[in-house]
Amino acid sequence: MKNPGAITASRAENGQQIGQLIARIFSKYGIFLIFAAMVVVASFLSPAFMSRINLINIVRQMSVVGLIALGVTGVIVSAGIDLSSGSVVGLTAVVAASFAQDPEYATMFYPGLNVPLIVPVLAACGVGALVGLVNGTLVAKTRIPPFIATLGTFTAIRGLALLYTGGRPISDLTDSYNFIGQGDVFGLPVPIIILVVMAVVTHILYAHTKFGKYIYAIGGNEQAARVSGINASKYKMLIYVYAGFLAGLAGLVVSSRIGSGQPGLGVGYELDAIAAAVIGGSSLSAGGIGTVAGTIVGALIIGVLNNILDLMNVSAYWQQIIKGCIIVGAVIIDQLKQRGGK
Amino acid sequence: MQNEYVLTMEGISKQFPGVRALNDVQLRTRKGTVHALMGENGAGKSTLMKCLIGLYTPDSGTITFKGERLNIADTHYALSKGISMIHQELSPIPQMTVAENIYLGREPTTWYGLVDMRKMNRMATELLERLRIKIKPTVNMCELSIANTQLVEIAKAVSYDSDLIIMDEPTSAITEAEVEGLFNIIKSLREQGRAIIYISHKMDEIFKITDEVTVFRDGQYIGTDPTCDLSHGKLIEKMVGRTLTDMFHKETVELGPVFLEVENLSGKGFRNVSFQVRRGEILGVAGLIGAGRTETMEGVFGVTRTHGGTIKVNGKQVTIKSPADAIRHGMALLTEDRKLTGLYLNASVRENMFIANIKRYLFGPFVRFRKIEKDCSKMRDLMRIKTPSLMQLVKFLSGGNQQKVLISRWLLTEPDLLILDEPTRGIDVGAKSEIYRLMTEFVRSGKAIIMISSELPEILGMSDRIMVMHEGDKAGELSRAEATQEKILHLATGLSLTS
Repeated sequence: MKNPGAITASRAENGQQIGQLIARIFSKYGIFLIFAAMVVVASFLSPAFMSRINLINIVRQMSVVGLIALGVTGVIVSAGIDLSSGSVVGLTAVVAASFAQDPEYATMFYPGLNVPLIVPVLAACGVGALVGLVNGTLVAKTRIPPFIATLGTFTAIRGLALLYTGGRPISDLTDSYNFIGQGDVFGLPVPIIILVVMAVVTHILYAHTKFGKYIYAIGGNEQAARVSGINASKYKMLIYVYAGFLAGLAGLVVSSRIGSGQPGLGVGYELDAIAAAVIGGSSLSAGGIGTVAGTIVGALIIGVLNNILDLMNVSAYWQQIIKGCIIVGAVIIDQLKQRGGK
Repeated sequence: MQNEYVLTMEGISKQFPGVRALNDVQLRTRKGTVHALMGENGAGKSTLMKCLIGLYTPDSGTITFKGERLNIADTHYALSKGISMIHQELSPIPQMTVAENIYLGREPTTWYGLVDMRKMNRMATELLERLRIKIKPTVNMCELSIANTQLVEIAKAVSYDSDLIIMDEPTSAITEAEVEGLFNIIKSLREQGRAIIYISHKMDEIFKITDEVTVFRDGQYIGTDPTCDLSHGKLIEKMVGRTLTDMFHKETVELGPVFLEVENLSGKGFRNVSFQVRRGEILGVAGLIGAGRTETMEGVFGVTRTHGGTIKVNGKQVTIKSPADAIRHGMALLTEDRKLTGLYLNASVRENMFIANIKRYLFGPFVRFRKIEKDCSKMRDLMRIKTPSLMQLVKFLSGGNQQKVLISRWLLTEPDLLILDEPTRGIDVGAKSEIYRLMTEFVRSGKAIIMISSELPEILGMSDRIMVMHEGDKAGELSRAEATQEKILHLATGLSLTS
């Protein structure tokens, strides 16, 4: 005992430690707690909220943006950004639809074409991945800031979608194609199943493979990753390819859900996807932070919010305002966490 | 010393835009030895090492490693051939765990291809235990102190099981006790027949641990000698190309009245600290990493909140709630990490100099650039800053010159008290000596300095009085006459002097 103040000091430290522990739990699981609280509040506000149909509806509505957000999360983790995904949805929707028209239809895009379902599916994912490759090459090889590179493709790809169809929608798609967006398996809509499967796959990819570890490493400190012998350009490129692939898949789902490929599909989706990732804890200010689980919850928070506001007859205008506030709020929390961690 | 050469670099040249970084240099390193690479900052040591590890490609020259001519194009290749490196700029990935950082780029995988976290943590635990480093492999890197971060970097470099390990300033952030631990690691690596290239500005380390010394100056190869054939002075002479008679320009200045008096100040990381500093005095603050030295001074300067205690300036009690308050009371603080908290790397020398003092150069809303130009040129001459112009961006200057720019900034505010936190960390001998000269001139004009330093020769050489801290407490105070390396270390490790 050197001085009598030591005991009080250590007690104060204990109190501080508990405080830190609570802060750490909150910073790690806070978004899940907020989501749980929202669900509880929503179920009190409207009895219709907890119905099976309504819940399935929420998830189905978020499934397209959710798919995009899975890829965008990886891009944000790598300290990048992908603005092109909404345009990719438009392009892949029309490309996929052009290979999936009912051969009975008189004015087909490719007259007389009759190919199995796998062709439009691969076309959508492949075209998406190809756009991702362009993004990735621009970012990794020419070293343009990702914001600028994908702003370029965002604009150009939308133009390409309009050019492909001459601005017209491609309709009368085959039943098997429409099943992807409209069908049910074991009482669950197919889009939800696709989202769940892709979320699990993406989680494993990001959290348990070398590829995933490298994405986090590159986002956290690219120079450190390079001196550890990691080919940073290659993995940066690949994450954009993966994000493009998922955006292509989203284009497939959305076109089959409405039964028509339209070049204007997916406008604004890229921002919704970024919002979901950011609400879910991905950090735009520091790379290397973000998880699949967080992003899915982020997307669910937006979905539940829209839903409960719908159920309570709040105008769509207000919904937008509230959504904007939530995005900014989430980033403020993120900033506070960053500061707390230092 | 009969061991065969494991590495031979010959005729290496490297040109950067406007600078000839390496001019036909050579380096030969023997198996089972520690080879020091010495030279002032900008001599080309780091550039040569970067050529060896694949971060740069030399314009000409050959590299032979283990009898094989290598064409090292990237780091991955160098690592796979058995060359690893502890980098001078610490490069952790803050959001990843210690184990993930150590095994980054060569994660163990399970048979179905996923990363085997359990095995990785086990490997890291074994590695850290073997090296006697007490860090849990599962904590996130961002939770570690700078010293522990450096220890992880050391563990990482060792874990590659390389035949050649390059250590670039491996002890810049760790304490004396940990340096001992590192030297034990180095000795066992040497016994295993590994070769080590050791770069450090700390002379005593060079003489303690290395077998041979190669000296570079201005991108030229000067020579290689066995360490035992060299003396301190001879080595410095080779490095700077001239004789430095007195490293520390210490003059005892007549002490004036007390300028700053701190009593029983507490805050995060320090408790009940009291000290005073008089005009004309240099107060050295010694202690191990984590002793609360920086925290105390940041508390005094208003960077962090303090509670209890009083601060008196010129005998009058003052409240300091922010750095602005401290500056108003005539203090200036030079931070430890100049890149993080001090310099604007993308701004010019001039901007960096006047930014803390812009109010003096305002005429209404306008900035009086001519007056700035005059004052900054004066400062450049006084400080002997090597820069082609005042408009040069600070990031292109060497470490020592960057530090001088930062000191200039605070001198322009004409402070009565300069608080220097590790003022010579990572800068070369010549620049160090210059900074000591400036410190002496500063106190001679009746002003005061508080200097935090982890380098004991510097503390002993420059201080009039030495305050030693240990785990947030003031452990004791020594006058210049009574201070010795042993006494300081005694206090710093928490032992009392009488026992």
